[in-house]
Amino acid sequence: MMRTKLNPMIAVIGIGVIVFLYVPMLAVAVYSFNDAKYGGYVWKGFSFEQGYLRLFRNEGNVLQYLQNTLVLAVASTVISTVLGTLLALAMNRFPWPRKIKGFFDLLVYLPVVTPDIVFAAAMVVAFTMLRYLSSIFDPGITNMIIAHVTFQIAFVAMVVQSRLATFGRTLEEAARDLYASNWYILRKLTLPLLAPGIFAGAMLAFTLSLDDFVISFFTKGGPESTTLPIWLQAEFRRGLKPYHHALSTIIFLTTVLLVLGLERLTRKERQT
Amino acid sequence: MIRTATTTSSGSHRPTRLVLWYGQLTTRRKLLRRGWSLVGVPAAWVVLFLLIPCILLVALAFCRRADTRGEIVWTFTLENFHRLLGYTSDGWSGDYLRIIVRSIWIALVTTVISVLLAYPLAFFIASRKDRARYMLLGLVMVPFCTNLVIRLSAWTILFSSQFYLARFAVWVGLIGEDMPLYPSSFAVYVGMVSSFLPFAVLPIYTNVERMDWTIVEAANDLYAGRWRTFMHAVLPQTIPGLMAAIILTFIPAMGTFIVSNILGGSKYMLVGNLIEHEFLGVGDLPFGAAISFVLIVLTIASVFLLRRHEKAVETA
Repeated sequence: MMRTKLNPMIAVIGIGVIVFLYVPMLAVAVYSFNDAKYGGYVWKGFSFEQGYLRLFRNEGNVLQYLQNTLVLAVASTVISTVLGTLLALAMNRFPWPRKIKGFFDLLVYLPVVTPDIVFAAAMVVAFTMLRYLSSIFDPGITNMIIAHVTFQIAFVAMVVQSRLATFGRTLEEAARDLYASNWYILRKLTLPLLAPGIFAGAMLAFTLSLDDFVISFFTKGGPESTTLPIWLQAEFRRGLKPYHHALSTIIFLTTVLLVLGLERLTRKERQT
Repeated sequence: MIRTATTTSSGSHRPTRLVLWYGQLTTRRKLLRRGWSLVGVPAAWVVLFLLIPCILLVALAFCRRADTRGEIVWTFTLENFHRLLGYTSDGWSGDYLRIIVRSIWIALVTTVISVLLAYPLAFFIASRKDRARYMLLGLVMVPFCTNLVIRLSAWTILFSSQFYLARFAVWVGLIGEDMPLYPSSFAVYVGMVSSFLPFAVLPIYTNVERMDWTIVEAANDLYAGRWRTFMHAVLPQTIPGLMAAIILTFIPAMGTFIVSNILGGSKYMLVGNLIEHEFLGVGDLPFGAAISFVLIVLTIASVFLLRRHEKAVETA
């Protein structure tokens, strides 16, 4: 715990940095209410119409893109949560020889340390090669889901692993002594105990999927697989209008809720 | 811990090693078979979709594209790297080298500014009481998790010609009448710092939270001035956090493509934009792979350099 008095300048800089991070989002929120049909940043009065109402009336086919974003996030989260949990369980609960353990560690760290753009490039290479085998791997939502799962697995596995470490082997040993089968132990003991960790991992995976732009951008197909960030990026050239800012504001608020939820989950876990 | 016992199973002469694993008496082979049945699918997934593609990406860097149809020719060649160094059929041009140097420079400046700003912020957060501390941490986490496209779109508002910032710049005489502040390299710098600064805050904060403040108090008791206290009692303790912050900021800053894409305009190229251009624009996978290879090498080299420097600092 800190007991030394800090220089007041530190507080000034600290608050200044937080303001610096938030002023842009505040500007977006304000201009989402601007009554400017053709965009621009001269304040023309307060209006729901140009921002939120136009958005809800499916301006620019935004509902389709919202659906794509959610399909991508939900599908990839479900798959990666299952696979990541399996990976974490298998890595921790079996007497692997050291080399194989090292190999699994590599599989978990590789997606975490690879820079976004290199990861995306590797995805392009993967799908270019796999396309020789099957046309499933043509650019589109399937590829995007596969790509997202590939980086999410590692994060889910890490979160689940940290939860696994919190309860030792005694409970499992007790269950064994009472003649519980492997399957029974997994279903009635390990998974219920892991549930908060699995849930936190899934939420992290979901947040990461929503947060991603680069990897989706490299694996996307046509408009039928466009997500909200990809659409926004394409719209920059034509100039942003109040409904774009309305969309940004809504996504931003969703992120706030997700972060709050995640934070609450992890804090509860620390307390138990 | 594995407790092992050796018994001779009735049928064969070879001894079977029994292990006691999580209270279960079983054999190693049975255990591992069960382990593989769990790990099989996720491991195969990552191997198929990431490990093999990464290896292929490196291999591709040394291949060539067929001139006519864009098919990949699997032969060993250093052609792509010659091209990156600027040797073309029309003579030498330093365009690619300039882009690489510019990327390194921008990533360095971004890292320095981000860490300099994140350092006081981390101390400020750590000095607050519980509730305020969680709130401030949440405030740093939110931009960390917000899609970059959205955060960058926000800067385009603040940099537009109709906003006060640009008008102020006109008034000071930095830019001409009715000109926006973006696309420009100034906008790229601001966008980079705001994008990657949260990466720097968290590692420094976790370090500061675990600091031993009795050393600082001891320094105060011995009448060390503010500067000496900082240099000898505070800074050395935060080196690990600083190193992590530098690495975590530098790597994404080096590979960014969206910041320069949005705030730098279409002609502003960084390594990330170059990779995007080769992969998605031109479809020259081998050349794109070569640039990616250079990016990976640069990233690993910088981390390596930093680690060595860290050791030097620790022993000094």
